[in-house]
Amino acid sequence: MSSTFDQVATIIAETCDIPRDTITPDSHAIDDLGIDSLDFLDIAFAIDKQFGIKLPLEKWTQEVNDGKATTEQYFVLKNLCARIDELVAAKGASA
Amino acid sequence: MQLEYFHMIDRIVGLNVDEKKIAVEAQVPMESTVFEGHFPGYPLMPGVLLIESMAQASGWLLLGVLKFERMPILAAVKEAKVRGSVLPGELMSIEAGLVHEGSGYAMTEAKIRVGGKLRANSTLTFTLIPFPNADMRSHMDAIAKRVGFPQQTVSP
Repeated sequence: MSSTFDQVATIIAETCDIPRDTITPDSHAIDDLGIDSLDFLDIAFAIDKQFGIKLPLEKWTQEVNDGKATTEQYFVLKNLCARIDELVAAKGASA
Repeated sequence: MQLEYFHMIDRIVGLNVDEKKIAVEAQVPMESTVFEGHFPGYPLMPGVLLIESMAQASGWLLLGVLKFERMPILAAVKEAKVRGSVLPGELMSIEAGLVHEGSGYAMTEAKIRVGGKLRANSTLTFTLIPFPNADMRSHMDAIAKRVGFPQQTVSP
């Protein structure tokens, strides 16, 4: 089974037509890959479906806007994948 | 339907918030200034207004599912297909279903039929925003009454 990063990178590559080999764990979805908020909705949709979770985009956006978090915490891909793994684990624990 | 005011939906004929589906009707008028330009001698409902009709049907569905706590705003249109013309005087039966409710956004699939025949369909994405002000909320409440929005579906 491929890693969370591999799955997310494939989703981003296919959804946003970004060459797969340019996407790394240290890529920032917004600053490095140039993904805008509307394109990120498509990515969130694909991630939600693939992992059976609901990315809390509103909560994350609010935290960034309030200065309680940085975009790097959620949108650098290795960090995004860690959040996904946490959500998947929490879902498994509550099932 | 009042095309000039973007009043596309005439009535909600079925809203099931548990199944996350809606059915509405929209009666295309015989005359409208829109038809004077689109097109002289051959009036047709513009494709963008068919998409708007599907978006509004989806919007009522989302308002019901979200119990009027958020306002859906059209953000993306995918795979829109106009499979046949819609003419003045025709009755559009529009169905929409919720495909996915994410955090702050939702996706729907909608179809327009006339006389049972599919005329258009699309997948639509909406952002779900807090009502920006009381005016917009009261405006939506007024339209909800006009189109027969079943208030019992959102009552506690």
